[in-house]
Amino acid sequence: MWDSLKLIALGAIAVFAAIAANYARDLAYMVNALTVMLAAGLTFMWVLRRMEGVRLAPNRNEYLDGVVRAGVIATAGWGVVGFLVGVIIAAQLAWPVLNFSDVAQGYLNFGKLRPLHTSAVIFAFGGNALIATSFYVVQRSCATRLWGGNLAWFVFWGYNLFIVLAASGYILGATHSKEYAEPEWYVDWWLTIVWVAYLAVYLGTVMRRREPHIYVANWFYLSFIVTIAMLHVVNNLAVPVSIFGSKSVVLFAGVQDAMTQWWYGHNAVGFFLTAGFLGMMYYFIPKQAERPVYSYKLSIIHFWALIFMYIWAGPHHLHYTALPEWAATLGMVFSIMLWMPSWGGMINGLMTLSGAWDKLRTDPILRMMVVAVGFYGMATFEGPMMSIKAVNSLSHYTDWTIGHVHSGALGWNGMITFGALYYLTPRLWGRERLYSLSAVSWHFWLATIGLVLYASSMWVSGIMEGLMWREVDSQGFLVNAFADTVIAKYPMLVVRTLGGVFFLAGALVMCWNLWATVARQPRIAETRVAVPAE
Amino acid sequence: MADPTSDDTGPNTPGQPPREPTPREAEVADNMAVSATDPHTTPANPENRISVGRRAADAENAEQIVQNVPGALMPARPGHRATKTARRRPGKQQAEVGSTGHSWDGIEEYDNPLPRWWLWTFYATIIWALGYVVAYPAIPLVNRATEGLLGRTTRNEVAAEIQRFDEANAPIQARLTSVELAAIRDDPELMNYAGNAGASVFRTYCAQCHGSGAAGNPGYPNLLDNDWLWGGTIEDIHLTLLHGIRSPDDPDTRYSEMPKFGLDGLLDDTQIAQVTQYVLSLSDQPHDAAAAQAGQTIFAEQCTACHMEDGTGDRAQGAPNLTDAVWLYNRDGQADAAVIQRIIHDGPFGVMPAWSERLSEADIRAVATYVHGLGGGE
Repeated sequence: MWDSLKLIALGAIAVFAAIAANYARDLAYMVNALTVMLAAGLTFMWVLRRMEGVRLAPNRNEYLDGVVRAGVIATAGWGVVGFLVGVIIAAQLAWPVLNFSDVAQGYLNFGKLRPLHTSAVIFAFGGNALIATSFYVVQRSCATRLWGGNLAWFVFWGYNLFIVLAASGYILGATHSKEYAEPEWYVDWWLTIVWVAYLAVYLGTVMRRREPHIYVANWFYLSFIVTIAMLHVVNNLAVPVSIFGSKSVVLFAGVQDAMTQWWYGHNAVGFFLTAGFLGMMYYFIPKQAERPVYSYKLSIIHFWALIFMYIWAGPHHLHYTALPEWAATLGMVFSIMLWMPSWGGMINGLMTLSGAWDKLRTDPILRMMVVAVGFYGMATFEGPMMSIKAVNSLSHYTDWTIGHVHSGALGWNGMITFGALYYLTPRLWGRERLYSLSAVSWHFWLATIGLVLYASSMWVSGIMEGLMWREVDSQGFLVNAFADTVIAKYPMLVVRTLGGVFFLAGALVMCWNLWATVARQPRIAETRVAVPAE
Repeated sequence: MADPTSDDTGPNTPGQPPREPTPREAEVADNMAVSATDPHTTPANPENRISVGRRAADAENAEQIVQNVPGALMPARPGHRATKTARRRPGKQQAEVGSTGHSWDGIEEYDNPLPRWWLWTFYATIIWALGYVVAYPAIPLVNRATEGLLGRTTRNEVAAEIQRFDEANAPIQARLTSVELAAIRDDPELMNYAGNAGASVFRTYCAQCHGSGAAGNPGYPNLLDNDWLWGGTIEDIHLTLLHGIRSPDDPDTRYSEMPKFGLDGLLDDTQIAQVTQYVLSLSDQPHDAAAAQAGQTIFAEQCTACHMEDGTGDRAQGAPNLTDAVWLYNRDGQADAAVIQRIIHDGPFGVMPAWSERLSEADIRAVATYVHGLGGGE
């Protein structure tokens, strides 16, 4: 009965997608409709084939780890895609001929690939990492199977469908033109559905937990899921021009739109890239270091302070614009107050290693996690500093911002995710250990060198740009043309590209190592893991 | 506990045999299972302090690992909770800190207090924030926001800075706009000002098309050479800047149009090819002499009204001089038969904006002086 309903729903979706593709007003909408049709059709066939055979009811006493395994694969794969596109657009900035405008007719221009890069690394790589690790962590720390049967699988596939729709839309020209919120209205609707399912799975699991208390990692994951839902819905309020077209008109206009956008944008950083990944940190660092978390008190205080402060800090992205001065002031002071709450996570991560510091000599995975926390601390100091109006007048619109974002994204999000993937893979596939620890070391050094090249070149370039832009002579006339700063940046753009190549190479080494861990080693443990008895 | 390697009996000097270990050092050596009398391992020898510290950490770590092994592998230890063991490092005793008593998938949490420096820095940022909010515009009220005790805003600061420079430059700008254009070059003070101001205006408004070095781009004239389409005196340049060229918004703009000989069917492709060869011959470029011969007649009929009999052009109409081997539309500055053919066929023309609505007279005069002084000015 339930399966029949599913078949009817999937069939209806496929038929409607076919109709939509037929009446599509633009190419992006048509391609997206065909993608949806294909996805619904494949799911239809999968459900149909499953109806025949005998079905084993899922064992409630086992963890649901299949979806985490899929998430690990997706994270590694999207990571490589995202880093590769990043290297390409970095090279395009240094050598514009690589836009191949004549051959690609503008489809591979920097402007098209840039949102592809940011969405691929933040939402595809980071998002899959968060979903996969949160499913793993919430089961372990609540000692219960994921709630909702196969709903977790719907979250995984639905989320990855969202990524495919968004990415193909960007290339074909469907975009809101809102940074980090580029997907058009129907893709936003789809993500909303998936996200509500994600929240349901997560909350359901937490509510069914067999531990008396909720572990700190789950607070962070939950705040990430709830806040992203709120941000996503409000920032993407828009009226479609046609139900058969990708274009929509955003509800806000002018400076209100800008403020909503950066309220969203800043908290996407705050809750997606900070709170979510802190959840990851709070599980995997104590596990890998085999040490208790440093301070429970600190974790409570910095959690509540962090989520209270972060939500106000958005206006610092709009210093010296049409935004009223008072809003900019509030954004700035909340950013300054955010410094210590952010560092609370760093302290708890680093101090958890006290008594196990010597493990850094022998364990490259732990080393990766520690570098991640270090870069987290650096980026969360740099952020408040750059939010100060006087500093911002120099740094805004320059490469410094790009360097800041990447020391956070590559250093913190990237490294902690790599650490988590290294931790998870042998355990999820029942292998004794990673295939090669020296390959992990190689990855560590490639990524770290790439990161240092990237961040330092962008600091130099950004500060130089800021100084050149503001330089005036004794009569008040600008000394440099904009084009002069572009020429002066060239060497730094080359170094940045090189840094990206190093980071990408490290990720490829990781993918090989994870593959070899599973493919070249015998299974020594059951991959079906029982929930521990009380 | 004092550091036994330094406090008890004073430091060893290198080269001397190590002294006798104190009882504390003997105990430390015993804990680490090394000899207290061997100079290479004894804690009494300050040379060994790194390895002593490392061994102590290893021992501590080994103990921790044993504690963290899941209960399935180890006999149950009733009532056991991980507590921070006193460090074995000589001289560093720490108070024990208990855990919170919970364990999730083997993870426990210490009940450490908030780090003092963390808490005080947090308080300091909050106090600073309160002060800043009082001093600067911050709190939104019903109709407006608080202005702050200092009464300063970023907008006012920028406006004040602009005003400062405007006031400083006002006298010389007044003089620049009052003198004859031709007289500017005789006044060193005006030349100095116009050079700086003109260069700045040029970099902001002109460099996009003419290049930051003013060397032009295909379709956008080079301003460094002696070849001028509409004239190179300062008055000519000034007029071009004021009203633009083919600027749709300005009724007084300079205007002319090259006929679209091919598109409008005035000449066929063979004739266009012949004129092209003739045009090449005018500046002594390699060309097909026979075709140029035929092209000469067509040129005389169709082109001389603007480009003149001898092909030297007419500045009153903006008709380029075809004899000087300087090309507006070109590739790499070289004459190119295909490009010339396209010009005759399509009759393209460029547009330069009129600046009189966007820049002040002082700025226009400054940039005219700057361009005039680049080398080609007449």
